[in-house]
Amino acid sequence: MLILECPYCGVKAEETELHAGGEAHLKRFGPGSSDDEFHDYLFMRENPKGVHFERWRHVNGCGKWFHAARCTMTLEVFGTYSAQTYEPPQDIRDAISAKRPDWSWREFK
Amino acid sequence: MKRYSVFAVAREALRYHSGWERAWRSPEPKRHYDVIIVGAGGHGLATAYYLGKNFGITNVAVIEKGWLGGGNTGRNTTIIRSNYLQDPSAAIYEKARSLYEDMSQDLNYNVMFSPRGVLMLAQTQHEIRGYQRTAHANALQGVETEFVSPQRVKEIVPIINLDGPRYPVLGALWQERGGTARHDAVAWGYARACSGMGMDIIQQCEVTGVRVENGRVAGVDTSKGPIDCDKLGMLVAGNASVLSEMAGFRLPMESVALQALVSEPIKPCMDVVVMANTVHGYMSQSDKGEMVIGGGTDGFNNYTQRGSFHHIEETVRALNETFPMVSRLKMLRQWGGIVDVTGDRSPIISKTPVGNVFVNCGWGTGGFKSIPGSGWGMAELMATGHSSLTEAFTIDRFKEGQFIDESVAAGVAH
Ligand SMILES: Cc1cc2nc3c(=O)[nH]c(=O)nc-3n(C[C@H](O)[C@H](O)[C@H](O)COP(=O)(O)OP(=O)(O)OC[C@H]3O[C@@H](n4cnc5c(N)ncnc54)[C@H](O)[C@@H]3O)c2cc1C
Ligand SMILES: [Zn+2]
Repeated sequence: MLILECPYCGVKAEETELHAGGEAHLKRFGPGSSDDEFHDYLFMRENPKGVHFERWRHVNGCGKWFHAARCTMTLEVFGTYSAQTYEPPQDIRDAISAKRPDWSWREFK
Repeated sequence: MKRYSVFAVAREALRYHSGWERAWRSPEPKRHYDVIIVGAGGHGLATAYYLGKNFGITNVAVIEKGWLGGGNTGRNTTIIRSNYLQDPSAAIYEKARSLYEDMSQDLNYNVMFSPRGVLMLAQTQHEIRGYQRTAHANALQGVETEFVSPQRVKEIVPIINLDGPRYPVLGALWQERGGTARHDAVAWGYARACSGMGMDIIQQCEVTGVRVENGRVAGVDTSKGPIDCDKLGMLVAGNASVLSEMAGFRLPMESVALQALVSEPIKPCMDVVVMANTVHGYMSQSDKGEMVIGGGTDGFNNYTQRGSFHHIEETVRALNETFPMVSRLKMLRQWGGIVDVTGDRSPIISKTPVGNVFVNCGWGTGGFKSIPGSGWGMAELMATGHSSLTEAFTIDRFKEGQFIDESVAAGVAH
């Protein structure tokens, strides 16, 4: 059972209290972008076996969206952080590096 | 390869069953093959089989990191039906269903295909309309299926409770020719036939890299060393994104867990398959008497082959209302598989940006039923460069907007 700590209200919520929102830090492309950008934004997904970043919502709690860094191979959680950021904060990256020294995800290392 | 027959059984009975040979060889890999198939699940093995049978290509290796059939092929609830909505789906699933009918004879291996009928309950007004639409589409496609009344449902499944209260049964889509088959036997039967044609099935051998030279595949790196090939087929279901990354391209795909469970064995009580998609539950009774139950997928990416408990709870809770007798059953085993889900819930059977690399994945929650049809089309695609069965299922369809949208008709496991 997946347990994530909501970075806003501090509640350690198990997954029935949460809603999974898919891949994190997507850059949105719309009118004016190229076909390839629009296609990748709509359909291509990071699907790593290992370190992954996701959006979650504390739906049966404070109702807010947040981010989580997880390992899809072990279900280990590296940390959760605010939704108000375009990239994983340094302390989260350090927490991952401590356990997975060679990790990378999209352009992040 | 010695044929199985009633005479073989009699002969072996007279000599203490000492003469049965191994069903397939376990050779060491050669340096080079014409075709390498990655993944000895149903789709990989069926592709290899039809490459040999239909195109005479037998210098083939099927490479499997675990044991053959140990992926989703050995973990599914074995529902076989072909009443999908869109034309390309109906064509490939119906081809598969019809191949299941004489698969045991063709492979000389009993896959226990049981066309017992599949009932998909309509429990909302939306589902009634959706299934009536599917029934009409199927009539045009030549796929036999019909929309039946609640009374007919009760005749077909006496143990069902029609009157809700939360999820009343308002009708159902009924495909009498659908059913189940023994999932392991499908993998074993194809493996034996492939081995009999001289193909190498190499288990306990993980593909760790794809070697590309001048835009074309040159071979693969494996835990048993490098192996060269002219053509490469990747049929690894939930691991499709991992393999495509090795070859240097991406897929519109996410991997999530799907679970199933079985009850203690009981006397025969339900001789059809019932699916209840609104509540994410489906059930059939195995030949051993266990009720085989499947549910919905988890919402997040996962490679652990373990799902979340609350999904099982949801499924069983919902089935309790429709099948009150289930509430008294003890559940014996539960397990999960990692299914590969695309944006339009349809598979990808396609050439790729890398020359002579072909991919077949994205069957998600419903690709056991399609194994023979998919293998048939994939073999044609790999041998000749084109197959009418698979042409709609390209990777490019997302860019073109040519979706094969089955999520309405079957948004859950099917
Ligand atoms: C619980 C559950 C219930 C289901 N119920 C149904 C149902 O009722 N009806 C239906 O039609 N479908 C159902 N499905 C879906 C169906 O099981 C799958 O779509 C189908 O089995 C996929 O077959 P495959 O051959 O593509 O994949 P798999 O059988 O998963 O085979 C892929 C193989 O590739 C191997 N592999 C992966 N990576 C590597 C590597 N790097 N090197 C070498 N080998 C590798 C794996 O070990 C695996 O054996 C269900 C699935 C699950 C999990
Ligand atoms: Zn919260």
